[in-house]
Amino acid sequence: MKEKFMKFRKGGLGQLTIPLIAIAILILFNLIRDPGFFSIEITHNNDGNAVLAGNLISVINGASELAVLAIGMTLVTAACGGQDISVGAAAAIAGSAFVKVLKSGPSISGGTVLLAFLCACIVAMLFAAFNGVLVAVFKIQPMIATLILYTCGRSIAYWINGGATPTVDSPIIRAIGRFIPGVPLPTPVLIVAGVTILFMLIFHFTSLELFTQSVGINGSAARLNGINDTFIKLLSFIILGFCVAVAGCIGVSRLELINHETLLLDVEMDAILAVAIGGNNLGGGKFKISGSIIGAYVIQILTTTLYAMKVSSTDVKAYKAVVIVLLVVIGSPVIKAKFAKLMARGRSSKQRVSMKGAK
Amino acid sequence: MDKKKDFRREPLTDTQLLMMITVIIFLAMYFLAMALLGGGFLHAQQIFDMLNDNAPLIIVSCGLTIVMIGGGIDISVGAVTSLVVMSCVLFLNNGGNIFTSILLALGIGLAFGLVQGFLISYLEIQPFIVTLAGMFFARGMTTILSVNPQKAENGAFNALREKKIEIGFLGYTAKNGNFVPARMELGVVLALLIVLVIFILLRYFRLGRGFYAMGGNQQSALMLGINVKRTRFMSYVISGLLSGISGYVFMMHTGAGNATNAAGMEMNAIASSIIGGTLLTGGVGNVFGTFFGTMTLTTIKKIVVSSGLNEPWWQSITTGGMLCFFILLQSVVLGRRNRSKKV
Repeated sequence: MKEKFMKFRKGGLGQLTIPLIAIAILILFNLIRDPGFFSIEITHNNDGNAVLAGNLISVINGASELAVLAIGMTLVTAACGGQDISVGAAAAIAGSAFVKVLKSGPSISGGTVLLAFLCACIVAMLFAAFNGVLVAVFKIQPMIATLILYTCGRSIAYWINGGATPTVDSPIIRAIGRFIPGVPLPTPVLIVAGVTILFMLIFHFTSLELFTQSVGINGSAARLNGINDTFIKLLSFIILGFCVAVAGCIGVSRLELINHETLLLDVEMDAILAVAIGGNNLGGGKFKISGSIIGAYVIQILTTTLYAMKVSSTDVKAYKAVVIVLLVVIGSPVIKAKFAKLMARGRSSKQRVSMKGAK
Repeated sequence: MDKKKDFRREPLTDTQLLMMITVIIFLAMYFLAMALLGGGFLHAQQIFDMLNDNAPLIIVSCGLTIVMIGGGIDISVGAVTSLVVMSCVLFLNNGGNIFTSILLALGIGLAFGLVQGFLISYLEIQPFIVTLAGMFFARGMTTILSVNPQKAENGAFNALREKKIEIGFLGYTAKNGNFVPARMELGVVLALLIVLVIFILLRYFRLGRGFYAMGGNQQSALMLGINVKRTRFMSYVISGLLSGISGYVFMMHTGAGNATNAAGMEMNAIASSIIGGTLLTGGVGNVFGTFFGTMTLTTIKKIVVSSGLNEPWWQSITTGGMLCFFILLQSVVLGRRNRSKKV
């Protein structure tokens, strides 16, 4: 424990320092502004269930899609040294496939939902594999390769729906998007927890993390060491495809309708931002999934705080930008180096004394 | 690997090759459209319409091409364009004159360029994040200025807006028998001028050569004695300035400010640059290519509309397909060249 504390004092938390500081600052700011921000109360929703409500709950609930996408985006960033900007469009496609299968039968049962989710997964993974092949086999930069799907993805979603925005009315979908009867926590939070645990298990039992990092740091060196870098890159995209499907289905269930234009709009930018705030290098290499997830929650706390301050939803972006710039300026290598020099100067005066003694 | 080895000559020849492909495909597509679809494609006005609609996009793409040649990315351009339109319209409506409004447009663009360039080159923050923040900031500021669409109601400005260059001999006789001369907006002249200026800058000036060197290999550029930080800084400043000009041209075209103006323009600009043969990895690219890239993108959309695919999704699906085709083609062509050099 003591060791851990020393490590923390020396900044040994590494890349998690910035996101944790950001969360701390935001919480402190809210405490000063309005302590009521943190109140959590039990209310009864329309179905008569006892559920938790409050700003904190809406933060962890609202960040669900972003957190899931940030996990996949981190892997792609680490392995390929670039980002997938088509996740929002792909989520719209996955959501459309989800709704299409749901609407195909006369009634919606648990089995149909599962089948629909599997279909959404397969569709999203296929599109992700298309991106992955462009990146891994044809060696195209991820941002360029995914620009294709970014351009036409939402139109494909529109096409799947045949030019309509169908609604889904079913207690099961409502349970997925909001609350399961008897459980006070919103279901999307539980799904995020499930996905996080799944990835923790994958990283624990396979060498995926190590392989991804080595491919990201130096692909040729990884290949010489017997790692199939093409496959790892492709795999990272397919995993992102799974995350996209999960996020798309959460998004659809939350609204109980599919709107190809507005479903997870601009989420790709937020997901990349989450990865960057989490201290991961956007150029690939070493990564920490936990950093990205914390990054997603930082973005959501920021948004919720701004909403609580009565900033209109269209203006939020401007304030968000200012905070982002402050965060990245603090985290920038130049500022860090300057700061370290300043700290070293303070420490070196002590050292000089001891060195003189040695002479 | 071996791309780095013969870095001195490689980028230029690649640039020319990729541009040639784009120009040939554009011409082939246009002539095919003329032959098969006829109609509007037979009139010179079609080309002028495409230019009129896309002058802002051409200007913005030129800036983006410079940034991409230098190995960076700037996704704030569309949002800055939108902010410039909104602030200039409000300024003109509240009694500003044209000259000051032009200065305002240039000032906003320059300010974004300076701040983003400083953060990226001197504080070494990832360009994607900085320009993403710039995009958020500009979009947010636009809606803070006004959520509702604003129409320009300044007499002098509207008079300037109505001024069009008429080219008599390229006109055609309309169905009702009246002769309609080909019309070109002032913004188009500006856009074409900018393409030429940027081309000369990239080709014959020390700064322009610096962009290629920096994008090709930053380490070697440093060894050659190029001030890499200042060069990178300048690339973002130019891009910001061009976004400001593009905003003004956009306003000249539409005459109204709207929060959703120039939505998705950054991605269209990136797509134009790519189709024109600029590589995001840096060191390869040409503004003439970018110009033809913009025209190719627009032609595709026009062809889709005039060939009767009226469902709203076809335009972007074909654009995506087109983009896919160009990206794969470039990848294959460059890959083959590199392989043949290795042998």
